[in-house]
Amino acid sequence: MTEQTAAPLAPVLSDIWDAERPWTLSTYTSHHGYDAWKYAIRQEPASLVDTVKNSGLRGRGGAGFPTGLKWSFLPPPDGGPRYLVVNADESEPGTCKDIPLLLANPHSLIEGMAITSFAIGSHHAFIYLRGEVVHVYRRLLAAVREAREAGLLGSNILGTGYDLEITVHAGAGAYICGEETALLDSLEGRRGQPRLKPPFPAVAGLYARPTVVNNVESVASVPGIIRGGIDWFSSMGTEKSKGHGFFSLSGHVTRPGQYEAPLGITLRELLDLAGGIRDGHQLKFWTPGGSSTPIFTAEHLDIPLDFDSVAAAGSMLGTRALQIFDETVSVVRCVTRWLDFYSHESCGKCTPCREGTYWLRQVLHRLEAGQGREGDVDLLLDVANNIEGRSFCALGDAAATPVKSGIKYFREEFEQGMHTPAWELFPYGANALFTELAGAAR
Amino acid sequence: MTTTATPKPGTPAEVEGIAVTIDGVEVTVPKGTLIIRAAEQIGIQIPRFCDHPLLKPAGACRQCLVMVATPDREGNVREMPKPQASCTMEVSPGMVVSTQRTSEVADKAQHGVMELLLINHPLDCPVCDKGGECPLQNQAMSNGRTNSRFTDVKRTYPKPVKISTEILLDRDRCILCQRCTRFQAEIPGDPFIDLQGRGGGAPGGADHGMLPQQIGAYDEGVLGFAGIDGEVREAAETGQMVGPNGDPALLSGIAYTVGTAELDATGRPFASYFSGNTIQICPVGALTSATYRFRSRPFDLVSTESIAEHDASGSAIRIDHRRGVVLRRLAGDDPAVNEEWITDKDRFAFTWQALPDVIQTPLVRDEETGELVAASWSEAIALAARGLAQAADDGGVGVLPGGRLTLEDAYAWSKFARVVLGTNDVDFRARANSPEEAEFLGHAVAGVSMDVTFAGLESAPHVLLVGLEPEDEAGTIFLRLRKAVLAGRTSVSTLAPFATRGSTKVRAALVTTEPGAEATTLAAIAAGTGDHAELAESLRAEGAVILVGERLAQVPGGLTAVLELAKATGARLAWVPRRAGDRGAVEVGLLPGLLPGGRPVTDAEARVDVASAWGLDADAALPGEIGRDHAAILADAGSGELAGLLLGGIDIEDLPGAGESERAVREAGFVVQLEVRTSALSRYADVVLPVAPPTMKAGTFLNWEGRPRPFGQVFATSARSDAQVLDMLAEGMGVDLGTGSLEAVHRELSELAAWDGARQPAPAVEPSPAPVPSAGEHTVATWRLMLDAARGQDGEPYLAGTAHRPVVRVSPGTASSQGVADGDRLTVVGPLGSVTLPVLVTPMPDHVVWLPLHSPGSSLYRMLGVGSGGSVRLASAERATNGEVIR
Repeated sequence: MTEQTAAPLAPVLSDIWDAERPWTLSTYTSHHGYDAWKYAIRQEPASLVDTVKNSGLRGRGGAGFPTGLKWSFLPPPDGGPRYLVVNADESEPGTCKDIPLLLANPHSLIEGMAITSFAIGSHHAFIYLRGEVVHVYRRLLAAVREAREAGLLGSNILGTGYDLEITVHAGAGAYICGEETALLDSLEGRRGQPRLKPPFPAVAGLYARPTVVNNVESVASVPGIIRGGIDWFSSMGTEKSKGHGFFSLSGHVTRPGQYEAPLGITLRELLDLAGGIRDGHQLKFWTPGGSSTPIFTAEHLDIPLDFDSVAAAGSMLGTRALQIFDETVSVVRCVTRWLDFYSHESCGKCTPCREGTYWLRQVLHRLEAGQGREGDVDLLLDVANNIEGRSFCALGDAAATPVKSGIKYFREEFEQGMHTPAWELFPYGANALFTELAGAAR
Repeated sequence: MTTTATPKPGTPAEVEGIAVTIDGVEVTVPKGTLIIRAAEQIGIQIPRFCDHPLLKPAGACRQCLVMVATPDREGNVREMPKPQASCTMEVSPGMVVSTQRTSEVADKAQHGVMELLLINHPLDCPVCDKGGECPLQNQAMSNGRTNSRFTDVKRTYPKPVKISTEILLDRDRCILCQRCTRFQAEIPGDPFIDLQGRGGGAPGGADHGMLPQQIGAYDEGVLGFAGIDGEVREAAETGQMVGPNGDPALLSGIAYTVGTAELDATGRPFASYFSGNTIQICPVGALTSATYRFRSRPFDLVSTESIAEHDASGSAIRIDHRRGVVLRRLAGDDPAVNEEWITDKDRFAFTWQALPDVIQTPLVRDEETGELVAASWSEAIALAARGLAQAADDGGVGVLPGGRLTLEDAYAWSKFARVVLGTNDVDFRARANSPEEAEFLGHAVAGVSMDVTFAGLESAPHVLLVGLEPEDEAGTIFLRLRKAVLAGRTSVSTLAPFATRGSTKVRAALVTTEPGAEATTLAAIAAGTGDHAELAESLRAEGAVILVGERLAQVPGGLTAVLELAKATGARLAWVPRRAGDRGAVEVGLLPGLLPGGRPVTDAEARVDVASAWGLDADAALPGEIGRDHAAILADAGSGELAGLLLGGIDIEDLPGAGESERAVREAGFVVQLEVRTSALSRYADVVLPVAPPTMKAGTFLNWEGRPRPFGQVFATSARSDAQVLDMLAEGMGVDLGTGSLEAVHRELSELAAWDGARQPAPAVEPSPAPVPSAGEHTVATWRLMLDAARGQDGEPYLAGTAHRPVVRVSPGTASSQGVADGDRLTVVGPLGSVTLPVLVTPMPDHVVWLPLHSPGSSLYRMLGVGSGGSVRLASAERATNGEVIR
């Protein structure tokens, strides 16, 4: 977050990141923290669901499903438990929004969880956190403790008779556990693999009870909507993609980082805010929402980054993880690294994803080394097509995406893999950021 | 691969029909039907691997992708953008399905998945057991590419992994469909294998050692994991050369950290009594059996449908043989009985029929040497006929046919006793029994067929088990009960001294009952008071069932009480014996008070009925007095009051007072034995007549339901069934028995089928209180484990290795007073001797100890001289030594 320019930033969740110790309850409350919760807990739960529904908030985890609508899918209360589970298993390559948010402002999530749980009638909420980020785990545990000690969680909250416990669970580091049903299995102590749907989590989720699974940013956005109102929230964004969101710029930009802005901002605007591509280089390709969204090129600089415009242009908004690559980067190398990831993270449950990533990866490594064989590019495309739409969950689609979109825009580079190693075409030292930094320090 | 296309029998008729169109053909199927099954209804085969009609849908292999279109709200039929797994999606009204036959997209998707399945498959079909009957091979031909585009490096593993002594796993052949793990978790509830690792891995394990997803038993050595102590263990090897390069198999399932878990005979954590089914449902050759691996090609085998001879379930099996040798047995598909599952005993224990001790020719006692020597049939029959006729005149012949006969053979025995020997001194019960039981069988079992069935168990709201451990004693009943319980239809309770593994898996409510207290507990339940009110209420529900095992005969008043309980609650009652021939023996009157069809011998009308069916002139022809029972026959033969014995397949180890019984046979006058294999009793026989094992004859077993289970002859040999041998013997004694052919026997059986006269009266034995052991003594609880030291499992060491390790179970209180813990060895002392076994501390009454009745090192009748309810002392204990996996 740097200097303000004409382009509109919308710091809501990141608003207090520059405050003193923003992760503490005292800093949070001194910035209207928990006001929304104190108001919401005295409202009719159904009205809160309506508010969120009418605000137009769409899920910030990637798929963009309307959050309020998801809540309203829960069957009517039957006296048994219902759960809220927050998906904090952020592990998509390029995606880095939830972890900084939880590090800097964990109470925004806790407050959002309190309001959401109250709205859906849950008394026990869970955060499934990526286990590697131990520092964030500590922050979350401390935040829950603080909120509990302040009577904002626990039993008989604020004298209303409403009880809520929050459990922070550290996952063991599997990308598949970001898939909501695999997450639920993992949270139950089982092997993290996606479940057969139906039944959907809203009907039979955690411990086979009605469950809402939401992304961190979605839930953390709820207090703002309650406090600011529907009009305030829907004043940001576009017709069908309301509100604010993090845009995580990484790669060959001058000032990478989190840019919280209204949905519908363009990469051109974001690049202006971030000081542009690093000096002396041009944009070659970028991902709008992490490695599992089809790549874009310079011709897509002005596409509004909202759910529908990005989809119309052939990609997905995803998690707004904008990985920026300049002309020094080999697409083959980049796609190969992504496939290394997907092959490593494929859970193994279904054939196309397990075997397809195993195969793609070997072909890609061959091409990267300049040892491709005749027909390898078409083979890549065909295998990717045999994965996409055939796998059990979206992970298989995600693995096919970079291959297909990479070949779509840069087929020649893949063809060159038949005779020339990628490191000769694109010397790897030229795109390493640390050499630039090292140079700047000198 | 088997499929069940038709809806299960007993499906309620009111299930809504859904009309769908598949490849242009309209079909109406019950609501809830999966697309893949609906397609089967009209003969369209969609390729599949993970799908199995008796397992829950998984959607894992993705081979069955089809295009699906459904009507939207306006009624426009819209095709879904992606192909759908037809094994997980239920039909909906108006659905239009295009399979590989009509949709290029579906066809390409299936070809794509098939290619992916094959990239890491070793394609070692020429040496693979499954080759020739392999769904992967077949469907690769029907729905795959003609050549592979995969030119890269395959995933490989050391192979095989020996998961148990019987089950071998080749991980590189595995396509990870998870049928095996799903079967084990869902059907028997023994998840001894599961998925491990993640994803497809990398060639050569290059991916910083990350384990690809694979099936296994979490063995640290196989996986190369560090154990709890941080030490990385090497994979243990079997020492047997079994790998493709002559390398040893890896040994899996070592119980490093199992603690109190039950172990199998090799020291591994106990696997399952049903593990063999995983081999059969494996759609590739990843799971193989040690017995069959590399022995045969499926296309060299000749298959005969048959019925398993090891318990009273009457499970359908398939016997595969090649040139006179049975090589394997598979589960048959009979939805009404065993569905598609059988026990490991039914699957693997068949070598007993072809061991060297199978008798080939008649044997007679050499007058000079006293040894048994081979003789011709005519000589042996003549000798036996003369001897038996003499003995019948001199005091009578007792007839002990044993419990392993087919219905037809049992009938011949029954008729032979009555017509040829003129006696009711006949009793099939070569096990602990009582006069009360004989009355019970005559009153409530004989002539009552198909009252309680497997389907009845599945729909029963409550099932009470008395004197029965289905997992050990009738595995198919166990599976059906578990299915019913998991479906939420049925609850189970059991009268037992402790909660067994099997009863835990059917979520049975335990009515803790020490041996001997069953009768009083049953009476208390019938009274419906106190703790038992709820159980009595459950038994009053429409369709409730009481399953009573043969072991209740050992409890005076037990069978009387169970009849009264059934009467008081209206629950239906079924008797579950252990052996394949027991139910048929009751039906044809192999009891001292019973004639065929439940006719009491004391009923003159019944005797006339039978006599006329048998073509005898007057009722004087049939004896009208209740004869001697098993114990009395032996005792009187030993004392000389009976002059002869006619013995069938009896194992002396099955008889309480095994030593005394053996003495009685030794002392008996003239002894004729009809046996498949020479037994301990052969040495006292004057004439031994060989009879055919089940593979060499056709016949019928009557299962516990009373359901006839006919089976065909596997081998054409000159071996004669019991019925044929008895027919010859009768002829030698001047009587035309008329049992020389199955047709003749069945003609008579159908004449004798209906009996509407009086039945034997119900037993009325007062319950006696459970024996209270004196200070320092314990009461024995015992039954036979499924896999034990029985002769029917002889010659099958791989199977024997998967048996439960024999243990002595004691209560925590007894353990602490004896100063023993799990794994320590404890000596149990009875009147005749002692048994020393490892301890398994089990919550159970303090003065009760449990040991297996007849397992290796624990044959109670012979070694202790007591059975269930007997008194024993506990003696010296020995500290545990670290166990090691053997074999």
